[in-house]
Order: sequence, then structure tokens, then C-alpha cells
Amino acid sequence: MQTIHPAQNGKITWQGFRNSPAYANQRDKTLNGMKNLVIGLFRLIVIVGISYVILAPVINIISNSFFSRQDSINPMVFTIPINPTLERYSMAVKYLNYLPILGNTILYVFGVTLIQLLICSMVGYGFARFRFPLKSVLFAFVLVMIVIPLNTIQFPLYTTFRFFNPLGIVGLFNGGKTINLLQTAWPTFIMSVFGCGLRSGLYIYIFNQFFRGLPKEIEEAALVDGAGTARTFFTIMMPNAAPAVITVAVFSIVWQYNDSFFANTFNISDSILVTRKLESLINVIANAEKVLTIREQQLYFDAGVVLVLVPVVVIYLVLQRRFIEGVERSGIVG
Amino acid sequence: MTGIRRKNRIFHLSYEQRNAVRGYWFILPWLIGFLVFYAGCLVQLGEFSLSRIGLDAATGMTKEYIGFGNYIEAFTSHATFKQTLTSSVMDMLIDLPMILFFSLFVAMLLNRKFKGRALVRAIFFLPIILSADAVGSAITRATELVNAGVSSANLETAQAGTVSVAYYMQLFGDLAIPESVLGYIVDAVNRISSIIKGSGVQIILFIAALQSIPGSLYEVARIEGATGYESFWKVTFPMVMPHMITNTIYTVVDRFSSSEVIRLATRTYKELYNYGLSSAFSVVSTLITILILGLIVYLLNRRTFYYN
Repeated sequence: MQTIHPAQNGKITWQGFRNSPAYANQRDKTLNGMKNLVIGLFRLIVIVGISYVILAPVINIISNSFFSRQDSINPMVFTIPINPTLERYSMAVKYLNYLPILGNTILYVFGVTLIQLLICSMVGYGFARFRFPLKSVLFAFVLVMIVIPLNTIQFPLYTTFRFFNPLGIVGLFNGGKTINLLQTAWPTFIMSVFGCGLRSGLYIYIFNQFFRGLPKEIEEAALVDGAGTARTFFTIMMPNAAPAVITVAVFSIVWQYNDSFFANTFNISDSILVTRKLESLINVIANAEKVLTIREQQLYFDAGVVLVLVPVVVIYLVLQRRFIEGVERSGIVG
Repeated sequence: MTGIRRKNRIFHLSYEQRNAVRGYWFILPWLIGFLVFYAGCLVQLGEFSLSRIGLDAATGMTKEYIGFGNYIEAFTSHATFKQTLTSSVMDMLIDLPMILFFSLFVAMLLNRKFKGRALVRAIFFLPIILSADAVGSAITRATELVNAGVSSANLETAQAGTVSVAYYMQLFGDLAIPESVLGYIVDAVNRISSIIKGSGVQIILFIAALQSIPGSLYEVARIEGATGYESFWKVTFPMVMPHMITNTIYTVVDRFSSSEVIRLATRTYKELYNYGLSSAFSVVSTLITILILGLIVYLLNRRTFYYN
């Protein structure tokens, strides 16, 4: 390209300036800047819009839970209550029997999560590192567990635990009678111990993928140093699997806490699960406190929803950063 | 070590055999559970769907083989099963491409570095937490109120706030956009919040997938003079394709397990005590879902290029 220096002949012409590299440079910079600005603006709009769709109901519920009776019937009140009240919360805490039942729920959720972590990591490791007959067939069964959800077999599961007598073992001790495990937390624990808990197939798959990605030399070194298989697994492999452990732990805690499938299929008692208690909250408060308008009943329910969601949101926010790093590093997709 | 040596003397196991035995030890709990609970229940499901079942607390369960009676009832005389099944499957098929593209789009958005990314990520994954059934119903109700533009459920203001779909249908119909396409778009707009809610895990998976694409590929594309648009279609999209399959499976299974037809099966055995019919519903809907899923995965797989 022929370039003319702008200061040629000591005069600066418009033509000369247009053709100068300095101008081209400046133009590209401006164009790029504008392009970035437009893209940035577009991204901002999309992010704000989607965040609004996600957050609006949450904000609505939180603000509703502070509404007093006047606020709820006043059409001028939008989102920000004029006469905020904590009465909804005190009632919800009282009728949810909040702290004791929340304690039970957390014990249940963490217990199940620990079992899931132990069992699923073991099974995933077994599939990742050992060669045994029928391995590919058995691993295909893990995939079947992912594809066919437990919802499909809800009724057989119901009867299994309603008349609990696996392989006739229980009958041996119980004079041939079956036992009814419904309304307790036992079905969930039993299913989890035997690797069939809530989305266990997925967790096994995640651990399998992760362990396959770890170098084999780690175990060989441990073996040479005289560690047995179990010891290698628990003291060498598990600490190395922290990203996968965190991923599965967060998934398991959140899904188990929010789960309604196990809770409903096995009729788990509402003195164990706070989410079950929440379902009946409206009726209980309406009857006990003589709250007659549906609108006001909903306000109590909103307070209950906030109370139920707070623990899991806190857990999520604490683990959030490491969770996302964990997903990225755990090879969940590879 | 001595323990292993002694065992070895008794059973004469080679190294490989010992390794296999160890492998079985590790998967043993799952193997028992799978055979007893999962496979057992699947077999039972098939058996139940061919029987008339009676449940009694005192005597336990009675089964009477009636052949395909339950299936015939489901398809000929049951009032809502066919409609529910069709609408569940259609919902799934409509949601699937939108969830996939939405989550890929959001993943690309969140994968870049910008101020406040941690906060935005935290917000975008909130739906994973907020999707509980008991809690979800409260949030659905709140969403309806927000969409209608009012906080207090006031009918007059609610009507003023809603969008007139018919008007827009006519407006775009004049532009000669086919009605079916338009219908899909209107449907999509109505589903936005359900799609955003159903995309949490898929976004995470796509972010992980994007992170695993080697940066050198983009560098090469840039040196060769590819624009951002081109490098998306030539680099990002093919590299993400295998994970598209993972996400398809996840989405279909997720939608299926919360679908209306599953709820119908639950109601049929919990409230109407028609256990055999409920099992038949489960069998039919599961088979159809697996068939569709298999077909989609097969089609995607043919177009997928595996980098490794």
C-alpha cells in the first residue's frame, strides 16, 4: 500500500491524513472499541434479563414473607412492604417446628451424602482401575441406571419397602413376616448403601471418569511401598479425588435436600424432612390460626419457603466456587 | 502382605485373578443393590403390568395374571393416558433443543472473564437449588404473579399486564412467517422461565466442556484469519458436540422424570389404587422415552467428531 506522510511538503492535507497508517490505526481502534462496547452492552442486557427471570420470583417470595395484612390487600404496595412484619416468620417457625426438624433433615441429608460419596467412589474406582470378567456389561448397567430413572419403578420400590423381605433374609429373623419400612428414613439409606440412591448412577459415572483420568503411577508407587488396595484407595486416591468428591457432594446435598421422589414414594415422615412439613404448612396455619383468606395463607407459606431454602442456599454459596472448579476439573464431561 | 501370600497359596490365584477379585470387592455393594433393587424392580414392573394387584396390610400382596388387560385399558378405555403421554413427549421434544442451545449460549457467556462473574455464575446456578417440588410450586406461583406484572393478585391489573399473544401472532403472520414456526416461537417465549430453570446442570456441563477445548485451536483459527463467528462453528461447536450428547441424555431423563405422565402413574397407584394400570403406564412411557432418546443420540452420534 502506498502511504503518504501527512506532513509531506510541510502541509497536512485531509487526503494525506486519510491514507496515513496513523489514521488506519486510530480507525481500527475506534471500530474495535465500538464493537466491544456493543458486545459488552448486549451481554449485559442478556445477563441482567436472565438474572431477572431467575431472581424475580425469589425476591417476590422474600418480600411477600414480610408483608403485613394491610400490605397484602393494598394494591399500591409493590415488592417493598410499607408495614413490614416478622409475624409470618414466627408463625412459620412455630408450626414447621423448624429447628428440630431442620436438624433431622440435615442429619438425613448429610448421612445419605456421606454414604453416596463412599459407595459411589468405591464403585467408580472399581470400574476405573480393575479388569474383571463382564466389566463392560456391568458398566452398561450403570448407564442403564442413569437412563431409566427411579421414577419408572416407583411402584415396585414402594412394595419392596412396604413388605420388606429381600431374598427372604428378613423373614428368617421375623418368623416369615415382612416389615414395613415406609414412613422411616431406612429405604433411602438402604438404597444408598447399595448404590441405588438418588442419581447414584450419575455419581458412579462421575467418579469413574475422574479416576480414569488420574495417572496410574500414583497407585503403583503406593503398591511398591507396601500399601494394600483398600489403604491405597482411602489414603492415596480419595484425597486426590477432591474435585470429584466436591462435585458429587454438592449435587448430592442439594438434590437430596430438594428431593420429593424418595420422600413421596416412601412416605418419609414429616418429622424427618422439613420439605414434607412445608407441604402441610398452609393447612396447619389456616386451621390453627383461623387465617381464612388464601392471599394471607400464601404469605405464611412464603415465609416457610424462605426458611426451608435458607440452609441449602447457604451450603451452596459456601461450596459454590470450589464446586464449579470441581466440575471443570473432575472430567465429568470427558 | 503375608495375608495375600497365604490366600494365594490356598486358592492359587494369579495376579490377574486377584486383581479381578479386588475389582469385584469394590463394586460389590452396587452389584447387590442393582440386582436386588433395580433389576429386581424392573422385572417386577413388567410382571405387575400384566397382573391385577391387590394390596392388603395383613395378607400382603396378591397377584393375578390377566395378560395385556392393563395395556389394552391404557390405550383404549383410559380417559387421559394417551393425551398425557403425547403432551409429555411433545413437551420434552420442544424443550430439548431450546435447553441445549440456551445452555450452550449461557455457558459461552459465562466462560469469558468479566467483572462480577462469580456473582453471575452463582445466580445462574440457583435454579438447581430452587427446583424442589414443594418449594417449586410456591415459586411457580410467584413466577405467574410476576409475569402478570403485579405483586398482589389483583385481577384487573393482572389483565393489563399480560401480553396479547394473538396480536403478535397476527403481526408476524403478516410477514409470511409460517404459522408452525410462529407457534414454536410463541411457545418458546412462554416457556422461557421453565427453560432457564431446567438449564442449570447443562450450563455447568457446557462450561466444563468449553474449558477442555485446547486454546491452541483458537490461536490457529485466529492466525488463519477466522472471525469469531467462524471459529464458533468450526472450533467450538464440533468440540462441544460429544458433550451435547451427554446433555441430551441428562435433559431427556430429567424432563421425563418430572413429566406429567409419570405424575399420572403416581396418582394412579397412590390415589386410585390401580397398581397394575400404573405399572403399565410406567412401562409404556419409559419404553417410548428410551426409544426417542436412542434415536436422538444415534442421529447426534453420526454427526459427532471425537477429538481424542
